[in-house]
Amino acid sequence: MTTEPLWEVFVRPRRGLSHTHVGSLHAPDEVMALRHARDLYTRRQEGVSIWVVPAGAITASSPDEKDSFFDPAGDKVYRHPTFYELPEGVQHL
Amino acid sequence: MKPLELADDALIAAQRLSEWVSRAPTLEEDVALANIALDQLGAARLWLQGLGDEDQLAYLRSDFEFRNCLLVELPLGGYRGELDFGWTVAWLLFLSAAQSLRYKDLAGSDAVAAKAVKESAYHLDHATQWTIRLGDGTEESRRRIQAAIDEYWPYTHELTEGVRERWLSIVEPVLARATLTQPGEDGWKPSGGREGRHTEHLSYLLAEMQSLHRAHPGAPW
Repeated sequence: MTTEPLWEVFVRPRRGLSHTHVGSLHAPDEVMALRHARDLYTRRQEGVSIWVVPAGAITASSPDEKDSFFDPAGDKVYRHPTFYELPEGVQHL
Repeated sequence: MKPLELADDALIAAQRLSEWVSRAPTLEEDVALANIALDQLGAARLWLQGLGDEDQLAYLRSDFEFRNCLLVELPLGGYRGELDFGWTVAWLLFLSAAQSLRYKDLAGSDAVAAKAVKESAYHLDHATQWTIRLGDGTEESRRRIQAAIDEYWPYTHELTEGVRERWLSIVEPVLARATLTQPGEDGWKPSGGREGRHTEHLSYLLAEMQSLHRAHPGAPW
C-alpha cells in the first residue's frame, strides 16, 4: 500500500565492530528513515550507530552469476590458512 | 506541577495514542507511535506507584478524580473523533513540547522526570519531523494538520500554564518551518482538567480503559 521509498538499515552493535545489515523499512526521506530504524531495529539496545541507505543505491550480485562468482573458490583449499603447524602455546587462533 | 497531574497527563496520553496500534498509516509509524505510548505509560506508572496503588489510581478513579489537562483527553481526529494522523501529530507536538520542558525542570529533583526527559525529547523530535512534512507536504496533509492546530490551540493554554513563553519558543519555529499558520488568540482558554472538570471525551476513554479491571478486579495477563 505504501509508496514511500525503501531503505536498507545497517546497525553497528558496538564500538569497534562493523555496521551489519539488519533489515529494511519504508520512509519518506532519509531523516525519517533513520528515526524509524531507531524504533524498529534498536529497541533492545542492539546498536550504537545506524546507517540507512536507499535500497536503489545498492548494487547487488545477481543470483544468475552465482556459479561464476562463487563456485571457483570452492576447490581452492590453499586459500584457507590450514597448511600451518601451529606452534605450541599460540592462543586465539 | 504535582506528580498526579504529570501522571494523569502521561496516562491519558498513553491511552489515546494506543488507539493507533495496528492502525497507523505504515508499519514503521505503528511501531513509533506504540513506542511513544509505552514511554508515556511507563512514566505514568512510576509516578502513580509513588502516589499509592497504581491499579486503584488508574482503574478505579472516576473521571472527575483525574487531574490531566484537557488536551490529552481530546480525540485524535476531527469529525466524530475518527483517528487522523495529522491531528495526532499536532497533538503530540503540543504535548511533547510541554512535557519536555516540565521534565527538564524536574529532572534534578524527580527520578521519573530524569528518566522521561530523554524519551520526551524523542517524542518532540518525532512530532517535529512529521509536522514539517505534513505542513509543507501535500494540500491534503496541510489542510488536516492546520485544522488540528486551530482546534487544539485554545487547549494549549491549560497545558502550558507557567511555561507558555518557553513552549512558544519551541513550537513557533516548527510551525514556521512547516509553513503552517499559528492561530491568533481570541480569549477562549478552556481549562478545568486540573480541578477534575473534564470534557465528555475523558469518560468514554476511561470506560474503555477501565472496563476490564472493573469487571474482573485484579485480572492479570
